[in-house]
Amino acid sequence: MNQLKNFTKGFLRENPILVLVLGTCPTLATTTSSLNGMGMGIATTFVLVGSNVVISLLANYIPDKVRIPAFIVVIASFVTIVDLVMQAYVPDLYKTLGIFIPLIVVNCIVLGRAEAFASKNTVLSSLIDGLGMGLGYTLALGILGAFREIVGSGSIFGHKFFAGDGILVFVLAPGAFWGLGYLIALANKIKKD
Amino acid sequence: MEYILIVISAIIVNNVVLAQFLGICPFLGVSNKVGTAVGMAIAVTFVIVLATMVTYLVQVYVLDKLGIGFMQTITFILVIAALVQMVEIILKKISQPLYQALGIFLPLITTNCAVLGVAILVIKKDYNLLEGVVYGGATAIGFGLALIILAGIREQLDLVDVPKGMKGVPLSLVIAGILALAFMGFTGIVK
Repeated sequence: MNQLKNFTKGFLRENPILVLVLGTCPTLATTTSSLNGMGMGIATTFVLVGSNVVISLLANYIPDKVRIPAFIVVIASFVTIVDLVMQAYVPDLYKTLGIFIPLIVVNCIVLGRAEAFASKNTVLSSLIDGLGMGLGYTLALGILGAFREIVGSGSIFGHKFFAGDGILVFVLAPGAFWGLGYLIALANKIKKD
Repeated sequence: MEYILIVISAIIVNNVVLAQFLGICPFLGVSNKVGTAVGMAIAVTFVIVLATMVTYLVQVYVLDKLGIGFMQTITFILVIAALVQMVEIILKKISQPLYQALGIFLPLITTNCAVLGVAILVIKKDYNLLEGVVYGGATAIGFGLALIILAGIREQLDLVDVPKGMKGVPLSLVIAGILALAFMGFTGIVK
């Protein structure tokens, strides 16, 4: 398979959030600002790449009947690594993301890629697939986070450029739903054209 | 009194879907019809209560005792997956009608982040076993409430002419946003 195509498919054509609509929970919860969103995206990317590589290596040795539990154990191990590393080196981000770090384990994208791609492909293409999908996920989280931060608090990447408070509702729960809803609608439109 | 506060807080003030963003996938996925939404809500309630109980006991008697708290994520997800599988097998054996009604939802529940989320939150909030179970049950009812409301609205939307790009998920999300806004009205009832 063409590796470049494999790498870029996660950006728009098969973007995990905007097109496949997987992993919406952390998307909505962690995009209160662009930095939080991207932090979550990078953590998920690490888990995706790690689990994709390990699962593509082990795929031939795992009996078909127990493959889902086996995949989950591999994914959960990587999530635990991310959890401990973030707790040690970026405690502030860790506190903001809170419960959604351990919840990467039930993020449908990770298990979805393991089942649909890594278990059937070579190590290299699984690595590239994980990286591309993860970056596509990070990109979508970053865009949604930036949108909510700009509209909601008048700042970008933590730098304030607008005096006053902004439209607070976009930082709160309803803004998350609306932002993602219109972002997906926009992606539908771009994809069709 | 304490339990009433936990229940009110979990159902309407900090609604699991609309305020805490847990369990969004089934919220969007099975909210086409009120009938399926009710089935899913019952199945989720059943599994969340059971899972909260079991994971709490595992945390207290296994993880804390051995000092391996960092294994929490791996252990909990395996316990939940095994539990769901077991519930499915038992239901199949003892109640065929119930199995047929809930069976298709059960495999989906393993990856419902509300289940694992509640299990972890109960430990984080330092609840005791009874408080944990009450919290779990109330959270599940809150999930069912949000799911059934959205399903009711979406059934009506089938009759409406919606712009092409907004059809399906985007429109559901916008409605969910309005629901979340409505539920924000309850903020402040319980601290």
